[in-house]
Amino acid sequence: MTELDAARPDRAQPEEVLGVTGLTKHFPVRSGPLRLQTGSVHAVDGVDFSLPTGRTLGLVGESGCGKTTTGRMVVRLLQPTAGRIVVAGRDVTGVRGAELRALRRDLQLVFQDPYASLSPRMTVHDIIAEPLRVQGRYDDGGPERVAGLLDMVRLAPAHARRYAHEFSGGQRQRIGIARALALGPKVLVLDEPVSALDVSIQAQVVNTLRELQRELGVAYLFISHDLSVVRHVSHEIAVMYLGTIVERGTRDEIFRSPAHPYTQALLSAVPRTRPGAREGRERIMLTGDVPSPIDPPSGCRFRTRCWKARDICATETPALTDRDGVGHPAACHFAEPADVLATA
Amino acid sequence: MTALTKPGPESGPLLEIEDLVVEFAGDEETVRAVDGAGYTVAPGETLGVVGESGSGKSVTAMSALGLIRPPGRVVSGRVVFDGSDLRAMRPRELRRLRGGRIAMIFQDPMTALNPVVTVGAQIREALRLHQPGLSRAAARERAAELLALVGVPGAERRLRQYPHEFSGGMRQRAMIAMAIANDPDLLIADEPTTALDVTVQAQVLDLLRLTRRETGAATVLITHDLGVVAELADRVVVMYAGRVVEHGTVAAIFDAPRHPYTRGLLDSLPSLDGDAGELTPIPGSPPLPGEVAQGCAFAPRCPMARDRCLVERPELTQSGPGRASACHFHDEMAEEESDDRA
Repeated sequence: MTELDAARPDRAQPEEVLGVTGLTKHFPVRSGPLRLQTGSVHAVDGVDFSLPTGRTLGLVGESGCGKTTTGRMVVRLLQPTAGRIVVAGRDVTGVRGAELRALRRDLQLVFQDPYASLSPRMTVHDIIAEPLRVQGRYDDGGPERVAGLLDMVRLAPAHARRYAHEFSGGQRQRIGIARALALGPKVLVLDEPVSALDVSIQAQVVNTLRELQRELGVAYLFISHDLSVVRHVSHEIAVMYLGTIVERGTRDEIFRSPAHPYTQALLSAVPRTRPGAREGRERIMLTGDVPSPIDPPSGCRFRTRCWKARDICATETPALTDRDGVGHPAACHFAEPADVLATA
Repeated sequence: MTALTKPGPESGPLLEIEDLVVEFAGDEETVRAVDGAGYTVAPGETLGVVGESGSGKSVTAMSALGLIRPPGRVVSGRVVFDGSDLRAMRPRELRRLRGGRIAMIFQDPMTALNPVVTVGAQIREALRLHQPGLSRAAARERAAELLALVGVPGAERRLRQYPHEFSGGMRQRAMIAMAIANDPDLLIADEPTTALDVTVQAQVLDLLRLTRRETGAATVLITHDLGVVAELADRVVVMYAGRVVEHGTVAAIFDAPRHPYTRGLLDSLPSLDGDAGELTPIPGSPPLPGEVAQGCAFAPRCPMARDRCLVERPELTQSGPGRASACHFHDEMAEEESDDRA
């Protein structure tokens, strides 16, 4: 707990290792016999964030909010439509070839599905060694490096000779994390890394990720729909809705005084197990579904489901700024902190 | 609270599953997925069945209803629904029961709904299959009523649409409408909200509360999500490695678990408030089906395990009023609780 609480204001902010400004991705929608472009899916629309060295930014939201697309643009699996990505002070938005390979040393992705993302034909040793080989670094102490990585993610040395299918989901995710760490990256983009795991195993992997960050000083962009998991790994949190960040703050700001109605509804919707939290609270119930990202609502994108919406919300897009009495950025004209998790 | 757990002989349980054993025959070995599991459901109550993947929570319910296909096979056990033995029933009789007095809701509505038939036609078919006397016009009217009841706006228009024209949440609503079409006595809901986003899940949980009030149906809610059970269920059954390890009321199980697995599961949950630090996982991983030798299946991961646990399989025994635990040492856990209170 203490290492996460290192976010005390009296300490100097560590250096930024990943910065994103105006990040945008529009996918063309084609239809008709000539496959002409008739519109575009606004998957991500002007996302800004900054991730300091050795820290975790949690990116949360529901399906279709653009969190995965954001992660894929950051690791350059998708080319942004607009915006800038800066890694360790270097603009990497358009890098290719050797420069892109160099970027892969600093920035790695861990996938959600530990079943689909590991080759069934390779031993665990070869899976973890692959990035070292690709970068021409295997000959220089490769086997020792792989052994060290296995130890880091709490797998036994003997596991190196086995195949991925011989492992459970939690162990496979550890293999995926070891592979991602092979080149000593500065940033790991983790896309729903524990969502496919059972809770007892999920807790093991979450703890390992926390330990690794402490030991290696690696920064995480932790993408998840699960608010309680995000709370246990993140220093800062950004909440996304329909392609935009609607609120951003420290862990405590987001969980104790969420100011955007969407964040409040999201927190309020999570079923609780703890006695006292189970009953006796007002639940914010959103109506309807998330609108189509092909034709997002004008102004505030959340207004069609928002109980606070007024005329201005349709005409004026609320900026993601810190408004009076809030204390952290929220993109709502009527942002007002409320402790929605408190029980009566 | 305690009155819920043991229905008196006059009322009797609506569904009773006893000592169910289900095996899957593989190329090399036969795997036992359910190993003597059982529970009872009282009329009108909501029973949550929780467990991690491979615990047998779904297989138990599905095989009890005769919905298990080869290589799966019910080896032994007793399943009684409202006085009749389901295992002795012919497939035709079972089919009449399912979709009629017993209805089902699944995780993925796309697998339960026919993609090439309109939603309206599917609801009407469900109605007329079990109520042959119903006229076409009456079925159409009832289908619209049902869709409106489950909160699908513009029901008349929606009836003419196909499942793919519905969003995930709306499809789940349509499936619930089909499930309650024939006013069932028992609803089996297998991970009904797992595929949904949390704000939509909250809507569907609310709807399940509403349908329970409307139909008075007893519900078996099968899920890996302890939060969903805490919100919706009256009683909870916890399964591990094909067996029931603990059962009792929601308050009993969640606030004072008396099986080390239940306690471990609750402790490993990340939370929205309180300590945001390290989580408390259960060490190791669950046994693969068929991997359990003698003794307690949880013993290799259990902080309380002793020699006895490795050789003697614990049976479910009463661990308090209206609750039972399959741990040799559940008394000690109960004593700890009273020590904590003191």
